[in-house]
Amino acid sequence: MSAIATAGSRPLVNLTLVRWHLTASAFFMIVSMLGGLAYSFQFNQLYPFPGIEWLSPGRVRMVHTNIAAYGFIANAFIAGLLFAIPRLTKKPIFSDKLGLVIFGAWQLILVLTIVGQLAGYGQAIEWGETPVFVDPLVLVGLVLLVINMSVPIFQTEEPGLYVSLWYFLAAFAWTGLVYFMGNYLPEFWVPGTAGAAITGLFIHDLVGLFVTPIGWGLMYFFVPLLLRKPIWSHALSLIGFWGLAFFYPMQGVHHFLLSPIPMYAQYGAIVATIAVEIVVLTVIVNFFGTLHGRSEAIRGNLALRWFYTGMIMYALTCFQCAFQVTLTFQKIIHFTDWVVGHAHMVMFGVFGFWIYGFFIELWPRAVGRSWATPRLLTIHYWATLVGLTLMVVDLTAAGLVQGFLWRGLSHWGESVISSMPFWWVRTFAGLVIIGAQGLFVYALWATARQPTEATQTAPIGAVTEPAS
Amino acid sequence: MERFGASFLIAGVITFLLGFFLQGVMPVLTLTSIPTRTIEEMASPVTSHFVQLAVDYPEEFARDFGEVSEATHAEALELGRDVYVAEACWHCHSQFVRPVSNEDLRFGPVSSPEEYQNLMNLPHLFGTRRVGPDLSREAGKHSNDWHAAHLYAPRSVAPYSVMPAYPWFFDDNKRPNKRGLALIAYLQWLGSWIDDSQLAALGDGGMQ
Ligand code: HEC
Ligand code: HEM
Repeated sequence: MSAIATAGSRPLVNLTLVRWHLTASAFFMIVSMLGGLAYSFQFNQLYPFPGIEWLSPGRVRMVHTNIAAYGFIANAFIAGLLFAIPRLTKKPIFSDKLGLVIFGAWQLILVLTIVGQLAGYGQAIEWGETPVFVDPLVLVGLVLLVINMSVPIFQTEEPGLYVSLWYFLAAFAWTGLVYFMGNYLPEFWVPGTAGAAITGLFIHDLVGLFVTPIGWGLMYFFVPLLLRKPIWSHALSLIGFWGLAFFYPMQGVHHFLLSPIPMYAQYGAIVATIAVEIVVLTVIVNFFGTLHGRSEAIRGNLALRWFYTGMIMYALTCFQCAFQVTLTFQKIIHFTDWVVGHAHMVMFGVFGFWIYGFFIELWPRAVGRSWATPRLLTIHYWATLVGLTLMVVDLTAAGLVQGFLWRGLSHWGESVISSMPFWWVRTFAGLVIIGAQGLFVYALWATARQPTEATQTAPIGAVTEPAS
Repeated sequence: MERFGASFLIAGVITFLLGFFLQGVMPVLTLTSIPTRTIEEMASPVTSHFVQLAVDYPEEFARDFGEVSEATHAEALELGRDVYVAEACWHCHSQFVRPVSNEDLRFGPVSSPEEYQNLMNLPHLFGTRRVGPDLSREAGKHSNDWHAAHLYAPRSVAPYSVMPAYPWFFDDNKRPNKRGLALIAYLQWLGSWIDDSQLAALGDGGMQ
């Protein structure tokens, strides 16, 4: 293919595209967080834009979650894939031009999503609130992305597919299917209770079959690279992948437990959820096995520190999930802030943290300069960690208070008033988090604008490829 | 290498379809025995609150909907539902009552699949978070005026409220515009068909 013929003159990794996607990710991270913060102020009766239709809090909430997923996370993941896949396959992506088109299309999708939702065209599908007119674009964008990224995987002459690539390929198959299912079936064809089963599946699969496999795939790539040693156990990698592939897609209904959805589907989802927690444990054991004997690296290498902090959060969320999926817990915690705490712990505490690790590793390469302000990065790490932990602990406690007050049949206002201190703490935690991200964005900017003669970087662990 | 790579793509498709079958298609099949009702069917009979709306806001009602009829009721319900979606009210209000945590005592009968098998629930509005109370049995809990005041300024009727104010559902003279009327009609319709005999029959929801 022509792409291959020119490969000699093309650099393996298209660092320009990596840089652009990282920049977009940082930009949309701030947009999403400002939305979350504004919405959080609504709960303190201090919404900053009252009475403005286009900034109606409900609409801003849709922007917050959708832009977090498709702006912050997806852009950073695309940057990670653009870096990892060529390195693992020794082949560049299919086409750099197509890469540019995808970049542009994706940002257009995000802008249209924000504008559409603020104008009142959000869809009533959690995490699929992207307006109906954006959905076909997303599907086209995803197909193009998959073509661009999977061609090198199919062309590679490496002797065997590395674990990361298993995850990426499976995610490529899953993402488009999941997006189509969630955005079209319950919106146009399947009403009511059965539609709820499908949106449950969508919420779950978007996390489980898009964010999770790409996140773990990138972990399998970066962690051995930075530790300069292979993954601890190949057998555990196999169990982890196939266990996830088998059990993850069967849990959708656990988002609507004790709803009118047939009970057999609810019980099935519960069993599959508990099964996947066991699988997840094997993955975590594998990564801590890999770390064993090299744990001092966590101190010296900030990227690794983000990765392993994220993994600890992952272990915590999964542990939490195994309990909260039981009907006993559901009685109290469902519909409360407990779930919001859980969502932030996994989406931000795990995947957001991993993304910061990617930034630490990729940004210096993408801009060809070493980090200008390493100390700021350490402050960013601690402030973000403290802010998020505070937010999660606070929301979890708030959830218990709300759940028990409801069950005790106190006046609804009681639960609102009792939640107020917790909502203040959330706003405070949000301010800490967003302040930390302000420092981070400054660090990105300061690094990029250093004069070129600054030392060409070779970030830690840059030289070796992971064993495949 | 090509065949090996393809096997992961195929595995992806197969595992997706397996999950989709177990968690999506099976519930769909189980529920096909319930006939799907149209919005027009759901709009009949007209709720007493819709009739009252024409009395409470005669000029606005005549301007925006004309006469009280099943057709205008259906129109109002659909628009009200769309407004509810556009403002993402469903992020703060659920629309199903669970058989636990005394919810039937607080909100009314436990939800059953039949209630949702209609085009007003395309897409469904179950919701996953309750900042405010469940709304699936909201009909008749408050008067039309109360809803108008509440939507215009929630804290005027519930000082502790964290619900946003929606002044854009109102004209300059603070009387509801078309969207406001439609939303009130929608809220006053939610669960209006659940009569007392059903209430008694559902009682504990048969699930506990
Ligand atoms: C930020 C969360 C939030 C949003 C968004 C929200 N609400 Fe509320 N809602 C509340 C809270 C809290 C209450 C309880 C206090 C009160 O009565 O205002 C409430 C109460 C209500 C009630 C009264 C329920 C009862 O039985 O007393 C209705 C009706 C209602 N909301 C409708 C809506 C509609 C319609 C929308 C969208 C246009 C909406 N809400 C958006 C939080 C919210
Ligand atoms: C400045 C930091 C942040 C603040 C103040 C904030 C605030 C909020 C608020 C107020 C909500 C609505 C909760 C509710 O409906 O009751 C929310 C929901 C959510 N946020 Fe954030 N957020 C922040 C950062 C993030 C980040 C970085 C992510 C993802 C990477 C994220 C993902 C989500 C998700 C997934 C939900 C939906 C939760 C659910 O429906 O259960 N948030 N956030």
